[in-house]
Formats: sequence, structure tokens, C-alpha cells
Amino acid sequence: MTTEASQHPLELTNDFAPGESNFIKVDNFKFFYGKKEALHGINLEIPSRKVTAFIGPSGCGKSTLLRNFNRMNELIPGVHHEGDITIHGTSIYDPSVEIIALRRRIGMVFQKSNPFPMSIFENIVYPLRIAGQNTRSVLEETVERCLRSAALWDEVKDRLHDSALGLSGGQMQRLCIARAVASRPEILLMDEPCSALDPIATAKVEELIIELKKDFTIVIVTHNMQQASRVSELTAFFYLGNLVEFDNTRKIFTNPSMKQTEEYITGRFG
Amino acid sequence: MACLLASVLTITLLAFIVGEILFKAWPAISKFGLGFITGIQWSPNREVFGVLPVLIGTAASSFLALLLALPLGLAIALFLSEDFLPPAIRQIIRFVVELLAAIPSVVYGLWGIFVVIPLVQKYGALVAAKLGFIPFLAGPAYGNSLLTASLVLALMVLPTITAISRSSLVAVPYALREGSYALGATRWETILSVIIPTAAPGIVASGILAFGRAMGETMAVAMLIGNSQRLSWSLLSPSNTLSALLANQFAEADGIQVSALMYAAALLVLLTLGVNIAGEAVLRRTQKATAGLR
Repeated sequence: MTTEASQHPLELTNDFAPGESNFIKVDNFKFFYGKKEALHGINLEIPSRKVTAFIGPSGCGKSTLLRNFNRMNELIPGVHHEGDITIHGTSIYDPSVEIIALRRRIGMVFQKSNPFPMSIFENIVYPLRIAGQNTRSVLEETVERCLRSAALWDEVKDRLHDSALGLSGGQMQRLCIARAVASRPEILLMDEPCSALDPIATAKVEELIIELKKDFTIVIVTHNMQQASRVSELTAFFYLGNLVEFDNTRKIFTNPSMKQTEEYITGRFG
Repeated sequence: MACLLASVLTITLLAFIVGEILFKAWPAISKFGLGFITGIQWSPNREVFGVLPVLIGTAASSFLALLLALPLGLAIALFLSEDFLPPAIRQIIRFVVELLAAIPSVVYGLWGIFVVIPLVQKYGALVAAKLGFIPFLAGPAYGNSLLTASLVLALMVLPTITAISRSSLVAVPYALREGSYALGATRWETILSVIIPTAAPGIVASGILAFGRAMGETMAVAMLIGNSQRLSWSLLSPSNTLSALLANQFAEADGIQVSALMYAAALLVLLTLGVNIAGEAVLRRTQKATAGLR
């Protein structure tokens, strides 16, 4: 799997520079659902190995932008975009970029956990199997690594071959995180990963996010502003398809530059 | 209240029918016992009644029909649930397949006589000449045969398979599809590794219910299968099913033969009820399981 991917322009492992400040670069990016313009020329630079939070009221475009990073929006009929998004200097829309390879380099965690109706083990090795990796030892090593990095190993190590649907809601979401990191992506996209979880499960996932940023560039969409302030270093505030403000999380939550940001974070609208 | 009354009435009616069959079958049950099921002779003149060849014919024709219809039905269901084709065309295909269920059994029988039997005679003879050493394909190729009945049965159970498989494929939550794509899977990898396995219990249930339908199917089978109680390995030989046996012999039967036919009817009811209950049970478990995924 790795040999195949390393010939690829988006294989970033070798020259990946931690601390790169413009790891994901969004350049005057517009996005349309049919005729409706959902994003109006976004410019944004997301640094590597940090947690960047996207906040804003429903319909502000934060999820739309997130879902463009791995081109998931293209599953929706009738969409198109203008502008560009580059990752480590390579446009994700470059004709040489294969969408399959792109998605393998970018893990994604959804709002509602979506484990497949198979065993815990098979869920995690799914991305490896579809890449043609069936060597037992490699699969076993991956399962342990991913479950450990999702802080789930100790809870499930004795029942790896049980159905994933028998796990609790919080465990399922951590399983999905484990699955998302199985193909060793550099980026982890999280679309409101805790919105369906209780406070205890949420706390565990948040802890995990802080742990994971050592190895991954994390972009998280959240409705929960406390969550954004707890887990992220940078926060982008979106409103009506525009990026209103992007700065250090502390600054956004204590001393925002824009009036709209201040009104949103103090709960006056949204 | 009216609903309750209606359901009580239905259950009473079912019990009454089964009771009546068992009552009428009782002389044969007490006389022949289990020998009726294991016996291979059916000779009303000598009052010898054994339905083993007929039971085998019932199982074989239904199984063969299922074997032919399941891949085809699943393929159609897949094309109806995915968006390979524009919605308008999918709607038409769905309508046509559902229409297959509306054609009366006797019309299938006539179609079988005029279309399928000549084909089976022609190509069956060719196959039997070349591959007749295989017991399943041994000649002579009579047109009326197990294969003919199974081919027509396959077409008749196709709507059952397609409709139930389609609804279980459609019931697979979009989140699973999305999850698979996000992990770098292609469309076909997603279909084969996630969508079909998730819908599998529903697809299995569709097969079981189709099997049940094929077992009980009477008119078309009676017109095509050849009504022979002789055991044969060949798919090209005439055979018989419980339902066709009843349809063909009931009118002219009297005495113990009526009772023997009732015994056969009891077996048929037992088998179809069993298969249908199994199918419904699997289907219900599926619906519960996919509900958990939402």
C-alpha cells in the first residue's frame, strides 16, 4: 500500500515538516450547490500538527469547507467550485490527484459514528483491505496501533472479533477515529464528532483529540464553543458563507477583532 | 376493535384450514405413517402412496428456481437502489419487475408451454447429446421437465427477490456509504464490502420467501413439470411437486387417495408455513439490526 502511494504527489510522509504554517491552503475558494453559492471566496491557511476549529451558526459553510478537503462534497450531484485548495503545495484538484488516494491521506470522522456491521477488527482494517493489504501480521499490528491511538485498546482487546455494533456510542465514535487513522493519514477531519455523545464520552474524545494532534493535523467542526476553546489552538469563525475571523483560539474567545465574532461567542446570536 | 376481530378471525380461519386438512388426511396418516414420506411409489390403483419423489421434486424445482433468480434479482435490486441509471429509467424497470407479479400463474404456464418447452427440447437435446454422461443432464430431453418448471418459477419469484432485496439495500444508512468513501473506497468496493454485507440478512430473507413462494406455486408448475413420480437425477426429466400433484389428481380421486392427497397437502402447508415463518423471522431481525445503525 505504501509503495503504491509514495509515488503519488500527495504522499507527504517523507518531506512532511511539522510546524508548517500553511499546510492546508484555501485560496479564494467558492463552492456552489447548484446555483446557490455556499462559500464566498474563502482564504485560509491551516498549520500542520495543530487543532483548528471551525465554528459558526448552522448553514455558515463550515462543514461544506471541511468536506471539500477530502472532496466528499463531490458525492452530491450538481455541485461545483471556484478557487483552489492545496495541501502541502499540491492542489487537491490537480488532474494527477486521484480522489481515492487523496481520501486515503485524509481521515474523516463524522457527526454520527458509522461503524460497519462487521467485527471491530474488520472495521479498522477495512481501508487496508481495500488497498489490497491482507497480511495477517500487518493487519494485527495496525489494529493494535489504531486502537491504542484511539484510547480504545484496553476496553476492546479481548473482543476484537465481536461485532462493532455491540459497542457503546462513545466507543463506536472512538472506533471510527481508530479506523480513520488506519491508513496513516496526515490530516484528520472531524465533523461535529461529539454532537451525538454524552458528556463523559465527549470528554474522552476531546482528550483523544488533544493527544492525536502530535501526529495529525486536525480540523474540527463544532457547534460547541466550549469544545472549540478546550481542544483547539486556532479557531475560524464562519458566518453566512464567509470567513469572518481566523486567529488563535484564545484571542477569538477573549478578545475577538470582529464585532460579529464577539456577538456569536457571547451567545447573542447563532 | 374491528382490527382485533379481523385478526382473530384470520387466525381462526388458518387453524380451521389446517385442522380440516389434518382431519381429512387422518385415515392416510394412520394407515401409511412415515412410510408415506419415505416411499417412492405412488400408485392409486394398488393403494400404494409414497411422496418422496414428489418432495424431492418440490425442493429441487424451488431450489433451482432460486439459484437462477437470486443472482438476477439481486443484480436488478442493486441497479434499482444505486444511481447507475437515471431515476426515470429505474422507475420503469421497477414497475416492469413488479408487473411480473401481477401476471396470472396460468399465463406463465401457457408461456412456458409455447416458449420454454420448445427451447428446452431443442437445447436440452443438444446438451444431453454432448454432456449426457453427467447424471443431471442425461437425456432424453422431454420438454416437460424439472428444468422447464424451474425456469418459469425463477421468473415468477423474481419480483419477490427484487422487491425485498431492494428495500434492504435502500435501508443501508447513507452514513455507512459515506464512511466507506471517506476511507478511500471506490464505488464497487463500497457496494461489495459494505452495502451488500449490511443488507445481506434482507437478501437472504428475500431468497427464503421466494423459495416458499416457489414451493407453493401450483398452476404453472402443473402445466410444465410433466407430473411424473419417478425418481430421476436429470434436470431434463419430468418430475412433480406437491402442489402440482394435488392439482392434477384431486379431481379424479376418491377413497383413500383423497386422504393421501390431503396428507400431501398437510406436508405442503407445513413446509410453506415453515419456510415463510423462517423468512419473516430473518427479515424482522434484519430490520431491527439496520434500525440500530441509524
